[in-house]
Amino acid sequence: METRLSINGDTHMLDADPRTTLLDALRNHLGLTGSKKGCDHGQCGACTVLIDGRRINSCLTLACMHDGQEITTIEGLGEPGNLSPLQAAFVRHDGYQCGYCTPGQICSATAMLKEAEQGWPSYVSDDLDGAPALDGEEISERMSGNLCRCGAYSNIVDAITQVVGERA
Amino acid sequence: MTNSLTMDTPAERRRLDEMHQGLVGEPLDRPDGPLKVSGRATYAHEWNLEDTAYGVLVRATIAKGKAAIANRAEIEAMDGVLTVLTDNRFLRNPAQGTAGEAPVQSGLDVEYFGQPVALVVAETFEQARHAAQAVIFDGEAEADVPFDPEAVDPEEQEDETVDQGDLDAAMREAAHSIDAVYRTAGHAAAAMEPHCSIASWDGDELTLRGSYQMLKYNVAELADALGIDEDKVRILSPFVGGGFGSKLGISPEAVSAAIAAKALGRPVVVNMARQQVFDAILRRSETRQHVRLAADEDGRLTGIGHEALVSNAPGEEFAEPVTQSTHFLYAGESRKLGLSIARIHRTPAGSVRAPGEAVGMPVLECAMDELAEAAAIDPVELRKRNIPERHPEEDIPFSSRKYVEALDEGARRFGWDKRNRHPGGLVEGEWLIGHGMAGASRVNMLNAAEARVTLSADGHATVETDMTDIGTGTYAILSQVAGEMLGLPIDKVETKLGDSSFPKGPGSGGSWGASSSGSAVFLACEEIRKAICERLDCEESDLTLKDGTATAGNRSLPLADLLGGDDLVGEGKIEPGKTGEECAQATYGAYFCEVAVNRYTGETRVRRMTGVFGAGRILNRKTATSQCLGGITWGIGMALTEELVHDPRDGHIVNRDLAEYHVPVNLDVPQIDIVLLDERDDAASPIQAKGIGELGLCGAAGAVANAIYNATGIRVRNFPITLDKLIGELPGS
Ligand code: FES
Ligand code: FES
Repeated sequence: METRLSINGDTHMLDADPRTTLLDALRNHLGLTGSKKGCDHGQCGACTVLIDGRRINSCLTLACMHDGQEITTIEGLGEPGNLSPLQAAFVRHDGYQCGYCTPGQICSATAMLKEAEQGWPSYVSDDLDGAPALDGEEISERMSGNLCRCGAYSNIVDAITQVVGERA
Repeated sequence: MTNSLTMDTPAERRRLDEMHQGLVGEPLDRPDGPLKVSGRATYAHEWNLEDTAYGVLVRATIAKGKAAIANRAEIEAMDGVLTVLTDNRFLRNPAQGTAGEAPVQSGLDVEYFGQPVALVVAETFEQARHAAQAVIFDGEAEADVPFDPEAVDPEEQEDETVDQGDLDAAMREAAHSIDAVYRTAGHAAAAMEPHCSIASWDGDELTLRGSYQMLKYNVAELADALGIDEDKVRILSPFVGGGFGSKLGISPEAVSAAIAAKALGRPVVVNMARQQVFDAILRRSETRQHVRLAADEDGRLTGIGHEALVSNAPGEEFAEPVTQSTHFLYAGESRKLGLSIARIHRTPAGSVRAPGEAVGMPVLECAMDELAEAAAIDPVELRKRNIPERHPEEDIPFSSRKYVEALDEGARRFGWDKRNRHPGGLVEGEWLIGHGMAGASRVNMLNAAEARVTLSADGHATVETDMTDIGTGTYAILSQVAGEMLGLPIDKVETKLGDSSFPKGPGSGGSWGASSSGSAVFLACEEIRKAICERLDCEESDLTLKDGTATAGNRSLPLADLLGGDDLVGEGKIEPGKTGEECAQATYGAYFCEVAVNRYTGETRVRRMTGVFGAGRILNRKTATSQCLGGITWGIGMALTEELVHDPRDGHIVNRDLAEYHVPVNLDVPQIDIVLLDERDDAASPIQAKGIGELGLCGAAGAVANAIYNATGIRVRNFPITLDKLIGELPGS
């Protein structure tokens, strides 16, 4: 089945089985292995990518459903020598260990910052209106869809906090 | 030139402290970081070899018996299917850590529900998955198979037994005593990267790109399983997406991928689904632990009992060494320690991060908390009173031990003097607040390791070893050791890992990776320093290497000039020796924890946690801190949520995915405060370093449990402490 995928600004024509998830299309067909497969069931967040700027578990959606949408993967956020602010902050704060959850964490955090800017409340927000201040607890809650078995959470929060501070 | 050292005498000359580059210990960023954060690090599945076929394993759905595929022809005729493989060489379960030989290979003979018994290979992953799901077995299931570890006659592990003095008498005569049975649930390592292998053959030579922790053993295991020579097997694991023991030994996907690739004459990738990882990768055994503590009026221990029951499948030697640190952590004349193993048909058990102490230490530390309560002594003080002069069973001295320092520093930072002293008595709205602490201890081991260091003519160095970096920071620390010894800035050193064609490292396991491979690199660099001295015609003690310049006396020369176009190669080799037997080596620490327990729902939130650790010389404060953060996070999981649940009818793991097996998420973990104590352990290694990868976990759950007791007055002796175990007894409920 033919799908036109726009990924990190490049157009790819994918001709794949309609059962192919977006994650498997990226990894097995397009050589974009930065998005990880930790569970294949929407339980871990390792496969998080951005679709039109919003975070999504790419294992839970089929590639053929995204014809024409703007997909951003970890490879599109930055590269060695030209890292995004979040990517650089993860390095500086050791916001990872094995690194397998990391692309998902960073894609997720990238979208999360925007969600907060747009005033989306979270489970721990005191107030449903107004822009929530991203303190440690807000960041932790909003990042709780991304598991890290290495247990880098404290450092992940520190990394994101640094970027929040730089933006303020 | 190989510089070999057997660790027979303590390394009293602390050579790393004499160096001038100032790299070792520094909290440098990981050199592999930019690749990881940009999605460019190549984990096992990520090599995209041309013409790769996809294999999907199929699990047995009986617990014991003979499996047979009922619809093989139908499966083979499905779209894209290339082959349906069953083979007597298929592994029943992964090899145990450091086995160096194939584990049980049982083909279609099933010994636990979920055992991988067949591999379906197809052109695409979607086709292979679909076909694998369509396989029907008409296996014969045997009846009367034991699944419950507490319902069978266990085998005693004789070599784990200690019976010293008279514990029964000590208990009778004690002013204060504790006699309690604790239970801990089975755990899954649940490394975030599932087990995956890509096998490709070139004639009779196999290359396996896999996710493995211990390549020198894995090569031997894979070769043995396939019945080929070790020198025909090469394994590549430059990046490993977490291991925690689960990737110590070669596992079913590797062998099946190799067999399929050979049969099809093309590369085959087998990536285990998350559920298959739960089913077929070695779990941590559940435990039942009987603890007895006898103490005098002042809380000084006169006796310790710690007897544990664990389980494993028939034929597996591994038994979770629950009492490993109980042997030496606390004094007490009368001692009764034991370990029994129940043979049952659940998923086989093996090493999961900190085997032994991970579950043994929290229980010992809860019992100590019970004793502190009974004797009305500060739990910190109780521990300090019971630190033995010499190993209480073997009567040998201890090497460097920072237990007291960890307890004191932790208490100070945490504000232990301001803790709640009335269990159940500190209320904040709907939350009951409690404070608890626990000690940390983990045996320290060194493992044989080799490394090669090349100082190139242009003045940069390359470290090569088949050691792995499973998130532990190996890329960083080995570069730091080499840069320190050779006087090179960090960007002039590159470390290459995870290729079995490199000199044999110790593997990542048992917390020995950093100290063992770091020592091998250190020794290799000593060899290069010697060669530099020859060129400079100076004594080694007069040589200073810093920032790429060699200085001896009043002569100073850039390394590139000194090398004059030559490369210098040094090889180092470390082996454990007498210091490992003549003194008791371990790492120590302490945890302090504040929890809030909801007085209506019983939900526990960890609000604060401090961990203080002494693990010898710290090679990189940043990555070492991360190891401790990870360990404590595991401790929180073990205390509150992690539990493998087995179906009593067939033993299968009911919660076999990450939605049902609850590892801590970000909001479950507070910003943890970690302190690394300054320490040198001369007996441990020539670089005075000890292991740190597991220490953070070895008692952590005990601190959480003790804090829950302090918050609620409820002593739960059954981990994890889920809310159902609290809710009926909450104060005022
Ligand atoms: S792989 Fe998609 S959520 Fe885990
Ligand atoms: S860094 Fe290993 S799982 Fe997060």
